[in-house]
Amino acid sequence: MRIYATYNIKGGVGKTTTAVNLAYLAAASGLRAALWDLDPQGAASFMFRVKPKVKGGGRALISGRRPLDDAIKGTDFDNLDLIPADFTYRNMDLLLDAGDAKPGAVPGGKPARTLGRLLAPLAPDYDVVFLDCPPSVSLVSENVLHAADVIVVPLIPTTLSVRTLEQLSDFVDEFKGHRPEILAFFSMVDRRKKLHREITEKLATERYEVAQTTIPALSVIETMSVERAPVPVFAPNSAAAKAYRALWAEIRSRTN
Amino acid sequence: MTPSLAGFIADSGDPQTWDDVVSGVLTSLGTEFEVVPERSAARCGERRTTWLDTFDWRLHKAGLTLEYFPGQRGGSELRLSGTGAGGTGKDTAQPVTGWQAARPHLLGDLGDGPVGARIGGLIAPRALIPVVSTSTVTRAYRLLNSDGKTVARLLLSRPALVTGLKAPLPPRVEVAEVRGYQGQARRAARLIAAVPGIRPAGKSLFADALSAVGRRPGDYSNKVDAHITADMPAAEAAATILLRLLDTVDANVPGVLSDTDTEFLHDLRVSVRRTRSAIKLFGDSLTGLTAGEVAFFAAEFKWVGDLTTPTRDLDVHLLDFEETARGLAAAKPDDLEPFRAYLQQRRRKEFRVLARGLRSERFRALSSQWRARLAAIQRDSAEGTRASRARSGRFQKAPGGSAGLLAAERTRVAFARVAKRGAAITQDSPAESLHDLRKRCKELRYALEFFAPLHDQDAYAKVLGDLKRLQDCLGEFQDTEVQIGEIRILAAAMLTAGEVPAVTLLAMGEVTAGLAARQRAARADFERRFAAFADVEGQRRMSALLRGTGVRYRINADIRDV
Repeated sequence: MRIYATYNIKGGVGKTTTAVNLAYLAAASGLRAALWDLDPQGAASFMFRVKPKVKGGGRALISGRRPLDDAIKGTDFDNLDLIPADFTYRNMDLLLDAGDAKPGAVPGGKPARTLGRLLAPLAPDYDVVFLDCPPSVSLVSENVLHAADVIVVPLIPTTLSVRTLEQLSDFVDEFKGHRPEILAFFSMVDRRKKLHREITEKLATERYEVAQTTIPALSVIETMSVERAPVPVFAPNSAAAKAYRALWAEIRSRTN
Repeated sequence: MTPSLAGFIADSGDPQTWDDVVSGVLTSLGTEFEVVPERSAARCGERRTTWLDTFDWRLHKAGLTLEYFPGQRGGSELRLSGTGAGGTGKDTAQPVTGWQAARPHLLGDLGDGPVGARIGGLIAPRALIPVVSTSTVTRAYRLLNSDGKTVARLLLSRPALVTGLKAPLPPRVEVAEVRGYQGQARRAARLIAAVPGIRPAGKSLFADALSAVGRRPGDYSNKVDAHITADMPAAEAAATILLRLLDTVDANVPGVLSDTDTEFLHDLRVSVRRTRSAIKLFGDSLTGLTAGEVAFFAAEFKWVGDLTTPTRDLDVHLLDFEETARGLAAAKPDDLEPFRAYLQQRRRKEFRVLARGLRSERFRALSSQWRARLAAIQRDSAEGTRASRARSGRFQKAPGGSAGLLAAERTRVAFARVAKRGAAITQDSPAESLHDLRKRCKELRYALEFFAPLHDQDAYAKVLGDLKRLQDCLGEFQDTEVQIGEIRILAAAMLTAGEVPAVTLLAMGEVTAGLAARQRAARADFERRFAAFADVEGQRRMSALLRGTGVRYRINADIRDV
């Protein structure tokens, strides 16, 4: 089972749309896929028309009282399941730090690796799992970075976003043992803007961890929340659908 | 799938009725769900399914179902469902190429994959045989909740048999769950249940298709399991047992002739051997057959047994070949390859002789005459009892004794022979005495198995368990000796036939050394195994078993008499 996380410290950069579209494309290619909507806002759950509610809330999942397996919902698409968001996820930092992450666990011990342990039992059933993270630097995001094999980082083409990527790389480099691969890509790219063109071309050439594929700023992507479905479902021939297919192909070829 | 979701079948396959059912189902579901046609092509359209199992239903017995779905452009797959063989209840799928649905396939044809990994140990060396095929046209709908989320799927299918008759099977209405929405699926099933013209499907599509071709799962077994009772006349019970054995012989002949897998010949041989033992044990109780006729049939079955021996011996060598080659210490596994090629060549030759024999008029006549005579004995014996009962108005003792008496008498004698001959074996006894004891053990084993329905099952299991372990020990002792002798003969024949590499002869020598070591170990284990079966406790267990047939014996006294 390979775990992909869409992560960025900043909000509104396209993490959820990326997670939803990539998870759909993975499932459509025949892989058994699951997406865990870790964002208490529940945008990914909304797009799959699943109620953002988990029985017992985040506490039941984090404490191990309720296995992750129990919370899984089938989406409308073959091979693709969802672990929905829950409003109690807003307190997930506290839950992870409370030390009751697992029965018998030492209080405060290894709280940064709890999500990875919770995901491990899903390995026989899924080929890929996507984690859609809330925008923050927190114990939740640290958990996600430890659990993931690949961190997919959507970047808005600004100078500041490059700094964000560097900070993330430095942080991951300090991990002992398992370190996730980082693959960033430019999202919401407006080719009419000179700055966007310059930054995307420069960084894709200079930095190995930046993907060649970019996702353009297109209104069809914004309509995902109206259609409540991945782009390839309601606009399979759109430029956006093609861009996401290319991105998934590049991620797979570069990180496998 | 919960029981309420097992599906429904239409009362009639009539097109008008089916249209009414579909209309009723869609209307009923429409009261609580938005019902929209399914977009996914994978669930709609025509799909052919072939169910596979071994001839002796090993997958079915293990709680597994194996289906083959042909696909276009190499998209064919095998799908294994069920909880047996390490399954978690989730289906296991494996793509296959070059698979032909209509013909049997050996394990090697599966290639590497999750299905092969799960069932390999279970089915080998048997072939997977197509059991029945259907072609199903399915229409699918999605049931949506108020958020427009798919919470269940409705599948309307019209299956038909492909195998043989091409007859339509009852149309099916099924609700497929979406994970995490079981409640909605159950609600949909309740709505469907109220629609006129359909009823819950009692059986799976596989079971429906099997019934339609006059079969049922597990309809072949190499076990004797004859339907006999203790108060049945001895002649009727004897004929019933022998007819059951003949059924097994006949059932295996086509598989032997088509060389589908080696177990057909094995099962055929076991049934022939059991038949010969049964004739020896209770041939005299077959009222209506003269001693000369009994001797004739016994000799004919000996001929069949002898006919099958060379091919089976070579099968055993070839089946064990990989393990034998892996077990070589000094020689390399490849050194044995010329030996394998020679064995295969010899087998082809011996198989031709075997096939000629089984296709011969002599074999056909034996089967048909034996069946006719046994059926007549069974019928006459049963009618005789009924007539006797009708005259007197109450139950009479069966003429010629009852099956219970026959079972107790003959099993007692067989046990006493084993106990007496085994007790006479010492460290210095020749190998022949152990071989002879093995034969007597086989006779006893068959006697126990023939009359198994008459025994208390707990007492039977205890006696049989100890006997099996003794037989395993004696079998290992004799089989290794036979194999050593055969390898020597084969080595000589290979030398005569032409040049044989020296390394091959050396490797064959190492194989015989390994067999000799196994034989010595079996010999050393004999006393312990025999004591466990036939000591005072063993004799008590046998007495207890025979008391269950209504006849009281003191086994230890019998041993002195035999």
